[in-house]
Amino acid sequence: MNVTSGIPVERTAKPYLIGIVLAVTLTAIPFALVALGTFTRETTLLVIVAAAVIQILVHLRFFLHIDFATTPRENLIALAFACVLIFLMVGGSLWIMFDLYHRMMV
Amino acid sequence: MTASNAAMTISPQDAQKYEEKEFGFWLYLMSDAIIFALLFATYLVMVGNAAGGSTGKELFSLERAAGETALLLLSSTTFGLAAVALSSADRAKVLLWLAITFALGAGFIFLEIGEFRGMIDQGAGPDRSGFLSAFFTLVGTHGLHVSVGLSWIAVMIGQVLFKGLTVPVASRLMRLGLFWHFLDIIWVVIFSVVYLPGLL
Repeated sequence: MNVTSGIPVERTAKPYLIGIVLAVTLTAIPFALVALGTFTRETTLLVIVAAAVIQILVHLRFFLHIDFATTPRENLIALAFACVLIFLMVGGSLWIMFDLYHRMMV
Repeated sequence: MTASNAAMTISPQDAQKYEEKEFGFWLYLMSDAIIFALLFATYLVMVGNAAGGSTGKELFSLERAAGETALLLLSSTTFGLAAVALSSADRAKVLLWLAITFALGAGFIFLEIGEFRGMIDQGAGPDRSGFLSAFFTLVGTHGLHVSVGLSWIAVMIGQVLFKGLTVPVASRLMRLGLFWHFLDIIWVVIFSVVYLPGLL
């Protein structure tokens, strides 16, 4: 069985255990900030976004086992292309809609 | 009880076949990610349009969102443990971890249905405002995916019971794992975009 045979080769639970510890930490921080309301709205939003981005990377690395050495290159290209499309479509939609909103307010 | 490792050795042609299947499934997941991205964009545009009705601050519960998150995160880990048991061809453990994953996922769906029902009962259904239409579409689509994942887990428990840990079954379990972990990522974005900012 080689790594790219399409069959799981996970021999140890270690990546999942590292993943869950990091994921729980990265989830607990934003939930705690919202529950306690320690910081201003802007700071809290910033922390929520940062924790979410890091947590997505943690999930990709430790749960979906994406890495630059063993993941087939086509899969990485598809992932990168999806990221570009998501960035264009979400960014573009928000840009257009909020620009329109501000112009309607004036 | 345990399938021998000999059943899991595969020829190079078969290896290529399963690799292609995994790539095809990966492309599906990427296109699904784009669907969710557009639902998120729609939600962000609509979130302010409560039409005089309830907003997220009144409707969402931090405790419930935390409970749903905990169930889904744990289920991702237990699925991972099923994958570990699979690579050591331990059928009893694969079944055990799959059953636990199913139970955690079912708990998530139970909490979510309770949440939706509670909102609809207070007159905050998807027909109330643009905000709620977008909310139910986004979170409902994720819930629907989790429900499909649950049926898939149930089918795979049946296949492991009746077919054993054969190569095709192992390959399907691996794709199911990709699907399940992918849904967890979508949930991370849901609580970061919908619940936490809504309650802030």
